[in-house]
Amino acid sequence: MTTWLPNAVVEHLRVVATWPELPGERYVIDRPIGRGGMGTVYVARDTALERDVAVKVSNAPAPGGGLDDRLRQEARVLARLEHPGIVPVHDAGLLADGRLFYVMKLVHGETLSTHVARIEGEAAMLGIFERVTETMAFAHEAGVVHRDLKPSNVMVGRFGEVLVLDWGVASVMAKDTTLAGTRVGTPGFMSPEQARGEAATGTASDVFALGALLFWMLTGDAPPLTPDEATRRLRAAPRRPVKRLAAIVLKSLAPDASQRYAHAADLAADLARYRAGGPVSAHRETALERAGHWFVKYRTFILLIAAYLVMRAMFAFLR
Amino acid sequence: MNKPVLGALVGGILGIFDGLSALVSAPETAPQIVGIIIGSTFKGLIVGVLVGWYASRVQSLAKGMIVGLIVAAFFAYLVAAMPQPDGTHYYWEIMLPGSIVGLIVGYATQKYGRARRIA
Repeated sequence: MTTWLPNAVVEHLRVVATWPELPGERYVIDRPIGRGGMGTVYVARDTALERDVAVKVSNAPAPGGGLDDRLRQEARVLARLEHPGIVPVHDAGLLADGRLFYVMKLVHGETLSTHVARIEGEAAMLGIFERVTETMAFAHEAGVVHRDLKPSNVMVGRFGEVLVLDWGVASVMAKDTTLAGTRVGTPGFMSPEQARGEAATGTASDVFALGALLFWMLTGDAPPLTPDEATRRLRAAPRRPVKRLAAIVLKSLAPDASQRYAHAADLAADLARYRAGGPVSAHRETALERAGHWFVKYRTFILLIAAYLVMRAMFAFLR
Repeated sequence: MNKPVLGALVGGILGIFDGLSALVSAPETAPQIVGIIIGSTFKGLIVGVLVGWYASRVQSLAKGMIVGLIVAAFFAYLVAAMPQPDGTHYYWEIMLPGSIVGLIVGYATQKYGRARRIA
């Protein structure tokens, strides 16, 4: 076919023609940046406020289907969770063809899947993980369970901000309509009860996913199915955790949900105790370990008292 | 508990023990031990209040400990400068442990106790 437009322009027009048509003139789509099972995310220009935003558009072939419902649910969940670790929703509406879209803050950064290679040291790694845990604790407090927490759903921004993404399969406790037998989540990061397709998965499922995330950050792999194998792999991990941190991971990954931390807040509290050098609920310490932590915590004070006593003893001895 | 009160408490308690330790390091002072303990406790109280007052205004572990060391050393010097009945002075025996007590009070008041409220 003869054409008077260059092939690149024709190809661009063909691609642009597949982009959704947003209502009104406020948002102008610039380019797609990601596509998931439920929706496609585009960078768009908010002409009213002169800023770039992210627009998530339903992938549903026709309006009113299950995907639209999920996207609406995600937008509503995000709207009720106002937290620094959760992307804020600015707007929502319907496309000309009736499909759903919502507008949110555009976050510049990379997912934890790629960022993890650049994390140096346990403190920096736990700093990021702690932010994820705090975000999940906030969601649990608000009655929301994420159900699909994994490295690609955690975004680390250019200025160190940590955001939990993709709340598309999140459930609002007491309103969850997920049918029994429906598997929600990602293999490797989903809890055993999610894998079994149990209808009622609560905050402990997210705790499992948090444990899986920490396991992955330490070892580079998703956790194995058995606690014994998980223990073995943690011992052989490149970032081998000390006993107390390993115990936190293993408690979060307990196959029985009742053996895990009940809420992300409990995990966050244990993690904070670990980072402060104190005892953690996941690990029963020996008297020697307790004495060691006590010494580390009060070492300056103990050394000063010891210096005083040595000084006194020295003067008594020299007389 | 605010920092000056904490300083007085720590300084006072350490002052009692500091005074009592004279029985070990200088047994010949036993007849004057009551006076030594009272003096040492009083010294610890003053040092504690001063160092605690400083800690309530300056939040710095290093500065707090240095101030504790200097203040305690100064008061210990005043005590050591008073001669014993036989005319001798126990400068090192009093000033060195006394200065360490100041370090401890400086550390304790920086780490613990309620800081001054900002209006």
